[in-house]
Amino acid sequence: MTNNLRVKSSKFIDETYKISFKFNNKTYYGYKGDTLASALLANNIHLVGRSFKYHRPRGIMTAGSEEPNAIVQLHKNTSRTEPNVRATEIEIYEGLEASSQNCWPSVNFDLGAINNFLSPVLPAGFYYKTFMWPASFWEKYEFFIRKSAGLGKSPTEPDPDIYEHKYIHCDVLIIGAGISGIIAAKTSAKNGFKTLLVDEKPLLGGSTIYQNSEHFKINNQISSSWLEKEINEIKKIDNLEIKTRTSVAAFHGYNFLLARENLTDHLPLHQRDGKVRHRLLKIRAKKVISATGSLERPLVFDNNDRPGILLSSAIEKYSNLFGVACGQKNIIFTNNDSAYETAISLFQKGINIEAIIDNRENVDSKLVKEIEKNNIKIYKGYTVVNTFGYKRINKISIMQLSKDGQKVVGSKISIDCDCLGMSGGWTPAVHLFTQSGGKLKFRDEDQVFIPDTYPSDQISIGSCNGEFTLDEILSSISKKLKDFLNIKKTEYENLEIQSHFNKTKRNIWLLPSDKIIGKTKPFVDYQNDATAKDIKLALREGFRSIEHVKRYTTTGMGTDQGKLGNMHALGIISETAGSKMGELGTTTFRPPYTPLTFGTIVGRNVGEYFDVFRKTPIHDWHVENKAKFENVGQWKRAWFYPKENEGMHEAVQRESKAARDSAGILDASTLGKIDIQGTDASEFLNRVYTNAWSKLAIGKCRYGLMLNEDGMVYDDGVTTRLDENHYIMTTTTGGAANVLGKLEDYLQTEWPELDVYLTSVTDHYATISVCGPNSKKIISKVIPNLDLSDDKFPHMSFKDTKIDKVKCRVMRISFTGEQSFEINVQANYGKSVWDKCMQAGKEFNITPYGTETMHLLRAEKGFIIVGQDTDATMTPIDLQMDWMVSKKKYDFIGKRSLYRSDTIREDRKQLIGLVTENPKEVLEEGAQIVADANKSPVEMLGHVTSSYYSPNLEKSIALGVVKGGKNMMGQKLIIPMENKQINVTVTDPVFLDKENKRLNA
Amino acid sequence: MFLIHCPYCGEREQSEFKAGGEAHIVRPKQPTELSDDQWAEYLFMRKNIKGVQFERWVHTHGCRKWFNMVRDTSNDEIKAIYKMGEKPPTKYK
Repeated sequence: MTNNLRVKSSKFIDETYKISFKFNNKTYYGYKGDTLASALLANNIHLVGRSFKYHRPRGIMTAGSEEPNAIVQLHKNTSRTEPNVRATEIEIYEGLEASSQNCWPSVNFDLGAINNFLSPVLPAGFYYKTFMWPASFWEKYEFFIRKSAGLGKSPTEPDPDIYEHKYIHCDVLIIGAGISGIIAAKTSAKNGFKTLLVDEKPLLGGSTIYQNSEHFKINNQISSSWLEKEINEIKKIDNLEIKTRTSVAAFHGYNFLLARENLTDHLPLHQRDGKVRHRLLKIRAKKVISATGSLERPLVFDNNDRPGILLSSAIEKYSNLFGVACGQKNIIFTNNDSAYETAISLFQKGINIEAIIDNRENVDSKLVKEIEKNNIKIYKGYTVVNTFGYKRINKISIMQLSKDGQKVVGSKISIDCDCLGMSGGWTPAVHLFTQSGGKLKFRDEDQVFIPDTYPSDQISIGSCNGEFTLDEILSSISKKLKDFLNIKKTEYENLEIQSHFNKTKRNIWLLPSDKIIGKTKPFVDYQNDATAKDIKLALREGFRSIEHVKRYTTTGMGTDQGKLGNMHALGIISETAGSKMGELGTTTFRPPYTPLTFGTIVGRNVGEYFDVFRKTPIHDWHVENKAKFENVGQWKRAWFYPKENEGMHEAVQRESKAARDSAGILDASTLGKIDIQGTDASEFLNRVYTNAWSKLAIGKCRYGLMLNEDGMVYDDGVTTRLDENHYIMTTTTGGAANVLGKLEDYLQTEWPELDVYLTSVTDHYATISVCGPNSKKIISKVIPNLDLSDDKFPHMSFKDTKIDKVKCRVMRISFTGEQSFEINVQANYGKSVWDKCMQAGKEFNITPYGTETMHLLRAEKGFIIVGQDTDATMTPIDLQMDWMVSKKKYDFIGKRSLYRSDTIREDRKQLIGLVTENPKEVLEEGAQIVADANKSPVEMLGHVTSSYYSPNLEKSIALGVVKGGKNMMGQKLIIPMENKQINVTVTDPVFLDKENKRLNA
Repeated sequence: MFLIHCPYCGEREQSEFKAGGEAHIVRPKQPTELSDDQWAEYLFMRKNIKGVQFERWVHTHGCRKWFNMVRDTSNDEIKAIYKMGEKPPTKYK
């Protein structure tokens, strides 16, 4: 049944350009200029999808971005598939394939429709109430709920399209290119402002551009002709940029806006390759003019959701813009004059109108009279009480409204139809305005929220500001623009306007029915299947706040964000609870105004650019040598170097053994390095570290512990005194940026009198650490001139020297407990020095090791890692590092906090070592530690922070934190695991070489 | 997103800056002489005002300088910006 309803040609449709597309696997034709919705309607297809909860058949309702029902899946099962696309927005192109969502097996026969008959047991909050108990059943419920719910399917393959971001700075941004926006853009640009005009549609001119009525004239020209000339003029203005298919998603503070420019979605797929699909515009505008228009309101009555029921304005748009009749037996149902424009426009095109149902009793405006003149029956003071037809409306029944509008009276009249247009008046599209922080006020006379106070340099004009008629808009726009742009004069001072529009409206939020509310389905939120009945139920159950009612009934929570139904929800709450609309306020409108794809949001930051990483100068060597990497901060660090068939465990065991038996080599370039200079450098270090620095000799290194002001360990590292007033501090890899920030903060804000200069030099140096009993022999081969004897070059000192002609600094410091040398060279020599060390170490089986082995080796020595063994609740005392805390210093960051009543508690968690009863059993990091597993509730004493199998000690070792652990040496504790209990003994955290003999071996 | 007028660099995007909490909380010169309560007052107690608030900000991805800002937290209006060490404008007190 492909009855062509293209009734009259439209200049916006190119009938010489035929386009074929598929809907639910069937081929149809449309023309260039059609949206999917208009093309389907031209083929007499209304049924497009099923509703979310009851799976009721649903059709196209609107002709714009507010569409709640006609959302489709594009190009199913391909990489370009996209769910939740509004059929009313997508322009058809050759090869378009769309299919219905939320139905199975098909939109015509949907098994889920059983929910429609179950609806008496599916009230608001049904899921909350039913699936709560028993809690253990949730997993089973969830499976079925998720299967039967959900709108569309997200793609499973990588997105083949390209997206990008662009910054735009302009003097004036105008959102919306309807008549108000066009006038504003021309005025702004002609007065020298750099102006940007955006509109979400492909055409400029809003709803005026297809307004052909003799009743609306500007300077004696039909409004659309007048506007067309204006549009032709603005296209020629240099400092005006116009972007169509560009939807503003978010309006943030300080006039910062995000918009999505759609560049290829209207092109056939084969023309899209290599082109940018969407561009996310980041707009910073000095001034913003919102001309976002208004959305027509539906009316809320029983079964107001059937396919074939549309907004009256949508019917007009389909007829005037696309030349499509939505039906052959049309009925218009309204509470205001604007639906008469639709009726007249249909009538002029020869589209049949069966009747007009008007809530109002006394109406006699010029528009109404014209309808009556043409013998179209108007039922004044009537309302629709029900509709019929399952997959397409075929009949309505109407009754007379009582005087107060609360009841219906008299007898029922039935009228056949195949299309019903409804008009409940207009709602200003204030979404973006409120996102920007604007406050609304309620205008009682026509029950609308309009902008009140502006948080930034912006105004709203036209119908988004509550000016709904042509004369209202045009009579005030000139003054508004003059005031806002601070200009003397506009071209629109003395327009002659004819606008035959009567503003009376009979606003009834929930229209009465002859049935009790419990037996009706008056939909408020179509997409989420929330009815007036649900809202009343929520109120009965005690919900009062609009935000709570919204969440309980899910009104306004669909992909359309309740653009149509939110006002009715408010109205029904207000009427039922007896509170004033203005006091209720609206729910919060959150960005984006229309959904954005993830591609648009991430732009070019995909793949390796998703999160940029830092590489050391030796990175390529690690890659060539098959290192596995781990992320530390933004760095990629070599984690371990598996040889053939080795897993992580085998590799780490081999590396750890080699480092202690002969020699290991580590790329430590990622450690943070801060160059500290100035006459007060020593004093500065005294204040930021827990230990004393004044007496550190030039040429020596010292380990330092840095606290937060709350006394908790923040960072650690070795700092070296290069000269009287010159130090170089190392920090943890992940903490480098924060430490520098913190030091700068104190210097600038608390101690500006100190003469100290800080420079981050992390990237300037490559750091190569060679450790193990043979490290000295290797270094002496690499740097033959350097005296490495223990008395000339003792542990914790450094030497400036040269490798060939390359200057380098060698530090004798150790994080492994082995004798070790750290060579620091200018970063670009890092790789060559690494190669030299590898070459020199060959005869000693020098073994490159990664971060995992480094962690294992330091754990054998009981050295902490800040952030692994500490968690911002550990003081140096808790870590058994009392020796690091100077008793003599008057003050340092965090000192006072070390003897607060909380920090001096004896039963704080303290760092201890743990050995397992079975030496082969390795604990899990994070495992809980308890003393008595049978006590109820089990008291958790602490947890395991580091755990390894030590190949050098041939047993399992672990570090952990335990309440009062310091005084529990030798005590037996329990690690309860899922299927077993592991017995452990508390020990000193230093497992190997307590006497530090190996440092000088 | 704010536009912030760094007193050293000029107007820049908020993304270049970091907020650093309430301003004009001076670190006690002699912390060791304070009681637990007095120290806690310095360490933990911060105002959380709906309205005009004095804040510290730093131009992290710029000159790395700290400065002070007077901001109305109810509408994010930046009322004043001044350098560290300068007296706060009295009209917002």
